[in-house]
Amino acid sequence: MTAAQTGVEVRLEDLRRSYGGVTALDGLSLTLAPGELVALLGPSGCGKTTAMRLVAGLEEANSGRVMFGGKDVTGLSANKRDVGMVFQAYSLFPHMTAAQNVTFGLQLHRVGAAERKRRAGDMLDLVGLSGFANRYAHQLSGGQQQRVALARALAIKPTVLLLDEPLSALDAKVRARLRDEIRRVQLEAGVTTLFVTHDQEEALAIADRVGVMREGRLEQLGSPTEIYTRPATPFVAEFVGLTNRMPGIVKFGMVEVRGTQLPLVQQDLPAGPGTALVRPEAVSLASDHDAVPGPLIGTVIAVAFLGATSRVTVDLGDMTVLAQLPTSQASEHPAGTRVRLSIRPDPVLIAREEKAPAEP
Amino acid sequence: MTRSRRVKLQLFRGAVFLVLGAFVLAPIAAMFEFSTRGTKVDSPRTLVAWTNIVNTPDLIDAIVASLELAAITSIAMLVLLLPTMVWVRLRLPSLNRIVEFLCLLPLTIPAIALVVGLYPISRWMRINVSDSILMLSIFYLVIVLPYSYRALDAGLSAIDVKTLSEAARSLGAGWGTVMLRVIVPNMSSAILNAGLLSVAVVLGEYTFANLLNYQNLQVAIAYVGQVSAGTSIAVSVASLLFAFALLMILSFAGRGRAR
Repeated sequence: MTAAQTGVEVRLEDLRRSYGGVTALDGLSLTLAPGELVALLGPSGCGKTTAMRLVAGLEEANSGRVMFGGKDVTGLSANKRDVGMVFQAYSLFPHMTAAQNVTFGLQLHRVGAAERKRRAGDMLDLVGLSGFANRYAHQLSGGQQQRVALARALAIKPTVLLLDEPLSALDAKVRARLRDEIRRVQLEAGVTTLFVTHDQEEALAIADRVGVMREGRLEQLGSPTEIYTRPATPFVAEFVGLTNRMPGIVKFGMVEVRGTQLPLVQQDLPAGPGTALVRPEAVSLASDHDAVPGPLIGTVIAVAFLGATSRVTVDLGDMTVLAQLPTSQASEHPAGTRVRLSIRPDPVLIAREEKAPAEP
Repeated sequence: MTRSRRVKLQLFRGAVFLVLGAFVLAPIAAMFEFSTRGTKVDSPRTLVAWTNIVNTPDLIDAIVASLELAAITSIAMLVLLLPTMVWVRLRLPSLNRIVEFLCLLPLTIPAIALVVGLYPISRWMRINVSDSILMLSIFYLVIVLPYSYRALDAGLSAIDVKTLSEAARSLGAGWGTVMLRVIVPNMSSAILNAGLLSVAVVLGEYTFANLLNYQNLQVAIAYVGQVSAGTSIAVSVASLLFAFALLMILSFAGRGRAR
């Protein structure tokens, strides 16, 4: 693949950064393969943006190293690191046209006028805005501005591309489209990319690998499928996708949840009470005509239509459970009907109330 | 909006404009009228007072000195204040309040108190550095701070300094390039405002120059006034009109840049 030929390896080694007494990054280590797109995902304050700013050179680490292609760049200032960056806030220079914005970095890199013009044209073409070269930022929509910002960042042929929540200021539809476009452009340019987001859907959709961060540390790093289907810790399970927290009893390497035995992800758990984290798609519904009370009998209280699937909220008396079903099935259980739940025996994680997270 | 309401609004606007115009222009017209009187009650109208401006060498020197002071003060203010304000915003936001307080402080101290405080420095500079009137610009820098700070602060608040400078830095720009090619072009009207306000303040300054024994425009006007009232009034009218012209440029330049 061409991507692997042009990108370089980016390595973050034991990065630490604190502000006053608050630790933002607590020994983050991460290696991005050449041409790879890694998304750092986490709630606000988890250190993901700090990590990106350290890679960009916009902030200094207290300790640790940043390496681009085997070269230590930790001591280099931001303007000498050769990174392309797209920011969350609109960052086009307002007094320049789209084309001038794209050529700005090229001028600073002493690229000749003819080459600048050609490359700016190519880049605007790449992001599908060749007809907008002479527009100013205020004449472009939010999505267009971020595309020009992407073109500007890529024009200097950066060693690393950094995307700091570039989609969060956009509306949902533009966001989804631009997300796919960023991925296409990134693959085409073959540049190693770090993408920071708090939106799990975005991270899972775009990245080769996703790193879930919590309190300045990497909680889990893996492919989107791995992160979703085999979360390493309860935190990851709850942050990525929806989960039902269902109380149960751990014994004999299984957990019993309301009369259903479920296998465990964590094998060496001691017996005792725990909260099983059950995905809504592992819950299925059947109409309950017998009206015999049971631990998994409940009443549908809400049905949220999501398109191909629907999310059904069932009241079990002492708790509510979410089930995600194909819309055709969900329509058989409108609000108010009695249903019988069944839980697919996928391995589940057990959350033991707020102890230190398990090692990734 | 109905037609009659629109007409009423226009009439109201016209009336306000006329009243305010008369308020501002009547004294100037009266001054102009006075400056064209002859020396006796029945003498004919004359422009001698106005031609005296050009024929009084001290006055010309004072005008030139004041203009030079205005230019030096404005440029020095920009060179000192703009990078400082940008730096504080980017790197030391916690100091923002303190810098604001310090910059606005001269507004609360009477000029006379400032002069007394600065007198020893002025005397030392006269002996050890230079006794040129242009040394006054160091003190003028202090008194223009509040006005310039406010104008520049408004300009900086209108742009996202942090993101723009970080974007420029990541594209390979050093701090000089960030300032000159990204920050300055995006707040040109604020910079113009700050500069013109400084010019207006310096051209109208009297206390410092007089008490520190320098002859700037206002001191010269007061001095000439003791010899020839007509000439001093003529110079006052001219300097007022000059200040008005500056303020007009300021407001139109600001409007032109508005997005």
